[in-house]
Amino acid sequence: MFYRESGDFKTSYIQDQQIFPILQDRVFVTVIIAFAFLVVPFLINDYWEKSVLLPVLIWSLAAIGLNILTGYCGQVSLGTGGFMAVGAYASYKFTTAFPELNLFIVVLLSGGVTAMVGILFGLPSLRIKGFYLAVATLASQFFLVWLFNKVPWFYNYSASGQINAPERLIAGIAVTGPNAPPWATYLFCLVFVVVFALVAKNLTRGRFGRSWMAIRDMDIAAEIIGVAPLKAKLSAFSISSFYIGIAGALFFLVYLGAVEPTEAFGIDKSFLVLFMIIIGGLGSILGSFIGAAFMFLMPVLIKNILVNGLGWSPDIVAHLILMIVGGLIMFFLIVEPHGLAQLWRVTKEKLRLWPFPH
Amino acid sequence: MKFAKLLVSLVLSMSVTGVAYSDLVIPSLEYRTGPYAPNGIHFADGYADYFTLLNERDGGIGGVPVRFLPCETAYNTEKGVECYESTKGEGSLVYQPLSTGITYQLIPKATADGIPIHSMGYGRTSAANGKVFSHVFNYPGTYWDAASIIVKHILDQEGGDLNGKTIALVYHNSAYGKEPIRTLEKLSEKHGYNLTLIAVDHPGQEQKSQWLQIRRERPDYVMMWGWGVMNQVAIQEAANIRYPMENFIGVWWSASENDVIPVGEGAHGYKAIAMHGVGDDYPLYDDMRKYVLDAGKAAGDGSNLGKVLYNRGLYAAMLAAEAIRTAQELSGESDITSEQMRDGMEALSIDEARLSELGLPNFGPPIQVTCENHGRPGLGAIQQWDANTANWSLITDFTGADREVVDALIAEDSAAYAAENNITPRNC
Repeated sequence: MFYRESGDFKTSYIQDQQIFPILQDRVFVTVIIAFAFLVVPFLINDYWEKSVLLPVLIWSLAAIGLNILTGYCGQVSLGTGGFMAVGAYASYKFTTAFPELNLFIVVLLSGGVTAMVGILFGLPSLRIKGFYLAVATLASQFFLVWLFNKVPWFYNYSASGQINAPERLIAGIAVTGPNAPPWATYLFCLVFVVVFALVAKNLTRGRFGRSWMAIRDMDIAAEIIGVAPLKAKLSAFSISSFYIGIAGALFFLVYLGAVEPTEAFGIDKSFLVLFMIIIGGLGSILGSFIGAAFMFLMPVLIKNILVNGLGWSPDIVAHLILMIVGGLIMFFLIVEPHGLAQLWRVTKEKLRLWPFPH
Repeated sequence: MKFAKLLVSLVLSMSVTGVAYSDLVIPSLEYRTGPYAPNGIHFADGYADYFTLLNERDGGIGGVPVRFLPCETAYNTEKGVECYESTKGEGSLVYQPLSTGITYQLIPKATADGIPIHSMGYGRTSAANGKVFSHVFNYPGTYWDAASIIVKHILDQEGGDLNGKTIALVYHNSAYGKEPIRTLEKLSEKHGYNLTLIAVDHPGQEQKSQWLQIRRERPDYVMMWGWGVMNQVAIQEAANIRYPMENFIGVWWSASENDVIPVGEGAHGYKAIAMHGVGDDYPLYDDMRKYVLDAGKAAGDGSNLGKVLYNRGLYAAMLAAEAIRTAQELSGESDITSEQMRDGMEALSIDEARLSELGLPNFGPPIQVTCENHGRPGLGAIQQWDANTANWSLITDFTGADREVVDALIAEDSAAYAAENNITPRNC
């Protein structure tokens, strides 16, 4: 009754092609973004920043990146952790080599470097598909992490092999380092996530997105109707890596501040992001956000309820979390194999008909 | 109905934790899960039990009870950060993350928040320079002290000459394992031995290729910087290739019973460096049994008493409790803040008389922390495993490191950190 497009007339092509054709959606998204920009910075504290908001924003960005490659273009990748490491180490090298460089530019450049590396490791995708490609990207995961551990130039010859984010200011306010106020780091990440989520949404609705989806659905047919596989696959690899690189740079610079490659960017991170997009929904930008929030926040939530709320011992809870989250993943995959985003899609269809479903 | 009950109990328990009362908050970033749990559990039990003992026997420290906040990190950096952020608001006095990775993470954060970190024999070695690292303490010794003391022991074995000898370092491929490399390189220049570096990736369950290399090259000595399952796998592999165990020396984190017991007979003669006494033959353990174990308040099942890492957790807790006492004396307040705790740690002084008073005679060397040196005294002894009696025994006295080499390295590394982070060293 309230949620429908009837009566909402589109009188121009621009109106007809907008991202959210339904008025209620537009209002809802605008309110959320306004809330995120205008209200949250005044409420945020260290705990919400470091344990909830920053990781969710950063993982969402990484999930969008992988979703472009896997969800939209159909190329399975297990190299996400390695590509995040490229972003992190590129940002470290840039910001230590050019301390005056604005942090926005540093992060964008790191994304650019990761895109190059992504193209390089995307080349095999022109010849191999499916599981074989997954194994090839798995090799990139191990190679990249090994590289950053092995070659001292990447970590500026520090004794421990760790990289530490130095303090960098934007307009006189620290964004990295221990003295950065929570709202500053949060807003810094939020800008990237909002801008690039919109870019991704538009990319997937446009010519690029359509060519990716054509390749995903049937590559031979796509080739016959004139979609160049080389261009489509490599653009998917580079844009996906760009996003993942930015996520890696933010992960290191803003969120953790100090990383070592084997732990921070291990194979488990690649799987984590893959799970996020599978749970959230392949081929859905909204799904990337939902999946990231689900996979990251569920353990934190369970921990807060059981340990802080009920006073259970933290080690038992740590084991329980594995079981509960695992169980929930299976539950959602059985109930809704297309991910949590599909649940929302179905709800939307129902809402449009409500209260007269027939 | 059940759900409603759950909800009510949830709300109730949350409101109870919200009440503020006078207490000393000790967070424990522990790990009882994951590949490092075999070692983490013992340490966490010792750490928790000592504070339980103080609460039960003395009613806390200086009349103020200790509130213990355990938080599971699984030795994972991100979970460690989450634990830190979720507990620091409770008025936490000191963090002991028992992980070099988490320590690196917390050094700048905790310093900005004014909460001290005690990375006892781990973490960033150059944090021993208190002029640069105001809130980080690593007494009673550092990795570089350990490396140097092990080399000294090897020198003693070889009659003072290491020219042409080969020492291999089997290390956990992380910030932790890489810490001693620079010191060992400097020492190799000084003593003329060849250093072979052999990295083992997390978690270290697979070390065939590393030990194949050792079997081929037959280094005269093997040192190990390992943790968690990596330790027992390495000792097992060494036994498999029949490497002479008395030439295999671990750091103090590769020195516990659960590292050697699974290997059985093969581990006989394995050596490691120790920072404190072994066994449970101390008067304190009588109280521990009486007030904690028999009262059913032990953190674990009570079977770990006297094990190396249990003792270490207890030692860490004892040093923290003594620092709290010192802070209480200095400030004249019994409910101290984290900044007062920091002052207490910097003024910490424990001599043999005090150790005996605590029921731990000859447990460790005397400790005297100063403003400029947070890593004192930097002493270690060598302990050896006897597989027949299943006991560690100290085979040397506590000796010091090669201060000339180690201090120069600490000065160099801490100066680099100060320059990188725009820190002006304090005047001490």
